[in-house]
Amino acid sequence: MNDMTPVTSKPKDWESDQEVRWCPGCGDYAILKAIQRTMPDLGVRPESTVFISGIGCSSRFPYYMETYGFHTIHGRAPAVATGVKLANPDLDVWIITGDGDGLSIGGNHTLHLLRRNLDCQILLFNNEIYGLTKGQYSPTSRTGTRSPSTPFGSVDGPVNPCAFALGAGARFVARGIDVHKNLPGVFKAAHAHRGASFVEIYQNCIVYNDEVFAPFTEKKEAAARQVWLEHGQPMLFDGGLKGLALDAKALALKVVDVAGGDWKAAGVLVHDETNRSIANMLVTMPSGAHPVALGVIYQSPAPTFESAVIEQNARASEGKKPDLQALISKGQTWMVEKEPHAI
Amino acid sequence: MATAARELTPHEASAHPAPESIVVRFAGDSGDGMQLTGGQFTLSTALAGNDLATFPDFPAEIRAPQGTTFGVSAFQINFGSTAIETAGDQPDVLVAMNPAALKVNAEALKPGGLIIADEGEFTARNLAKAGYPEGVNPLTDGSLGRWQLMSFNISQLTMDAVKPFGLGNKEALRCKNMWTLGLALWMFDRSREPIVHWLQAKFAKSPELAEANIAALNAGHAFGETAEIGADAARGLHQHHVAPAPAEPGLYRTVTGAESISLGLVAGSKLAGVDMFFGGYPITPASAILHHLSRLKEFGVTTFQAEDEIAAIASAIGASYAGKLGVTSSSGPGIALKGEAMGLAIMTELPLVIVNSQRGGPSTGLPTKTEQSDLYQAVYGRNGDAPMPVIAAASPADAFDCAIEACRIATQFMTPVMLLTDGYIANAAEPWKVPDMAAYQAFPVSFRTDPPAEGEAFLPYARDAKGARPWVKPGTPGLLHRIGGIEKKEGSGNIDYAPPNHQAMTDARKAKVDGIAAHIPPQSIALGEAGSRLVVVGWGSTFGPIHQAVRRARARGLDVSHIHLRHIWPLPANLGDLLRSFGAIIVPEMNTGQLKTVLRDQFLVDARPLSKVSGQPFRIAEIEAAIERALS
Repeated sequence: MNDMTPVTSKPKDWESDQEVRWCPGCGDYAILKAIQRTMPDLGVRPESTVFISGIGCSSRFPYYMETYGFHTIHGRAPAVATGVKLANPDLDVWIITGDGDGLSIGGNHTLHLLRRNLDCQILLFNNEIYGLTKGQYSPTSRTGTRSPSTPFGSVDGPVNPCAFALGAGARFVARGIDVHKNLPGVFKAAHAHRGASFVEIYQNCIVYNDEVFAPFTEKKEAAARQVWLEHGQPMLFDGGLKGLALDAKALALKVVDVAGGDWKAAGVLVHDETNRSIANMLVTMPSGAHPVALGVIYQSPAPTFESAVIEQNARASEGKKPDLQALISKGQTWMVEKEPHAI
Repeated sequence: MATAARELTPHEASAHPAPESIVVRFAGDSGDGMQLTGGQFTLSTALAGNDLATFPDFPAEIRAPQGTTFGVSAFQINFGSTAIETAGDQPDVLVAMNPAALKVNAEALKPGGLIIADEGEFTARNLAKAGYPEGVNPLTDGSLGRWQLMSFNISQLTMDAVKPFGLGNKEALRCKNMWTLGLALWMFDRSREPIVHWLQAKFAKSPELAEANIAALNAGHAFGETAEIGADAARGLHQHHVAPAPAEPGLYRTVTGAESISLGLVAGSKLAGVDMFFGGYPITPASAILHHLSRLKEFGVTTFQAEDEIAAIASAIGASYAGKLGVTSSSGPGIALKGEAMGLAIMTELPLVIVNSQRGGPSTGLPTKTEQSDLYQAVYGRNGDAPMPVIAAASPADAFDCAIEACRIATQFMTPVMLLTDGYIANAAEPWKVPDMAAYQAFPVSFRTDPPAEGEAFLPYARDAKGARPWVKPGTPGLLHRIGGIEKKEGSGNIDYAPPNHQAMTDARKAKVDGIAAHIPPQSIALGEAGSRLVVVGWGSTFGPIHQAVRRARARGLDVSHIHLRHIWPLPANLGDLLRSFGAIIVPEMNTGQLKTVLRDQFLVDARPLSKVSGQPFRIAEIEAAIERALS
């Protein structure tokens, strides 16, 4: 058992001695800083923390953290993490992945990790492009994305990461933005949740997909285009002038004006993070008239995979003596007393 | 298997078929319970003190259309009073439960052998399904004249026997296999008692089924004993009595390869002093290992059925990284999927055991048939210079020690190890002298826990005298580090693409695996001596037929020896000199010559192939003929 008593640390204690090698201006820097700022607030120990990544720009992340780290192979970080956590459930496991790594080549593993509910945090850096391979469109790229592999525009529709996660049975789904001040708060909530915590982070790729999220991340657009959700609070945005209400006929969310701060009169919903149906509506709101849902969208804890496995192993072992000699001597056996003569 | 290592006398060798061994093949529709019949007959045979070998041969389809030739399932057993190393070349007795089973298997039967057929199943409809022309019934048209034929209406006899138990027609007919087993037990003077106990346990919840099956068993036995049989048939159906085989004193049990590998992995993890994590994905014929291990939780075994083959190995790598012994298992197609992850284990230098139960390939190939065609894949099948130790099991019993050896090498050298077995070894059963675990030397692992001296950095890629790097569990204070699949700097493990560093790290990985040759036993000679005119070199499940063929040839005065390789990579240090001492080398393999190519490459010797890729094991006679050709 590892020592899990809370410790005090500074963000600096979580920085490794490795030179960070992302492109200047990459959103990954902001996410790295946000994590390093978050870790001291979690009271966890660097030696009990493991960052596991696949392949892609984001997956260099573990090298920059002064923790244990495993930079694995493309798409397989969730599978490696499952083995790590089943072998030592005391470890605090963070998976770093991207839209290509986690939803294309590794989509199957992401699906199964979420449905099993392994206790870990999955941070999916979504930049809607393949950066490390020089700019091909990705499974989250919008239809019509022009890239080296789609010079006339992509023709296939994108996957919605949070809708995928909810569909896979995730018990914690959140969204953040690389440079947003709320990001550490999202990380803290993800860490506090026992089970698989799925966090999609809109991350700007300054080289191959610059400003793809600008329509809702630009300072002057942010208030009107972002709704930051908080459990028990009304779903308000645009300085409280607008809110989200239920369009019962369409079974979807609609934007309503709030007059004089009376959100109740406007029918604005209070965010209940345990409501899976509303969570589905929040993550699939069409862009344009609707804001982008951010913060903790859904959270409803359930028993974790590793605890269920360990409990079953313990139950199955109850009262049994692990006697290897007895084990190999089991079944229908017979004794040869002395060498019988051959005919 | 080889419970007696003596050579045959010339008299014994020339008496072929060996009078002291009998080969029986049970064949029927895949729904007829032939594997069950064979398995129980195996058990009673082992209990009678006979040495034995079995060969289950079943279709890939779970329930192929009833009565068709491709739905035929067979179980062959060779048992006798000398050491038995193969499932036998040609059956002496064929039990055919329907026309299709007769059609598929009759040609393999020894001339003069005995056919026992259920004439109740030889209806016009079933004959047509088996592909016999209209109006043709092999039981009555004389076409089986080369053999002795005994046909009874086993279906009707079974129905009569189980009548008192009030079963429906379908359920009553399901007891046919027990009737047949009863007859076989009488023919070979075997006890019914263990089968009765087994039936009572199996049908504990429905005693009427247990009683009906026991009644069928007894009826078959009684039929053999009391049936009024004509003079012709009497020649065939006399009671065979096969004397017990000479065997070393001790406790014996029957074991299949899948069982012994599972037990060997548990034993290996205990000798290493670490708990085992097994990540698997269902695939024929490897799934049985996952099934066995999932019942052994009290031995510190965690099993995980992953979402795919890649997740199975990746989770095992994660578990090894976290301080357990990671194990994964599959068959050729699944092993191909695991290739990239094996490279990761090689690059990150983590212990890992990969079991490959080989089957016929390429692609989906022959899922339920045996082949040895994944040797190249095991030795060479990864991107980059990716050296990995490879071990091959010779038999179900040998697989136990091979699994332990794989665990030893993996943990002592911080490397993935591939253990090759095949469908034949995985499914076949043989008597196994239960080893004394106290006789095995432990190889405890030591996790690095002490932090580096003040002012010094921890070097996760520093190497010990064997070239192995330290194993550090995450959670250990003072030893924080990062690893990954990218080339890493010597010592520190930090990312480093510098040309001299990649050269140095590639060399270090190769030297570590090559160096294992100094830590494995030198190559021995299974039979014969260095310098003979011919050596037959084999690996894996061809041990039995090669050994028998060489024994027979030597008994006839031919100057031939047998070498069997357990360590495929690295090869034993003395092997090159040993091979060069022989006049000629032949390498029988159930592939198109893969070990042959490796031997030529490594030692520049003139190794000649003997290939068989029919999905069936070698026959002794095939290898004997090759020996004669090579020496003529």
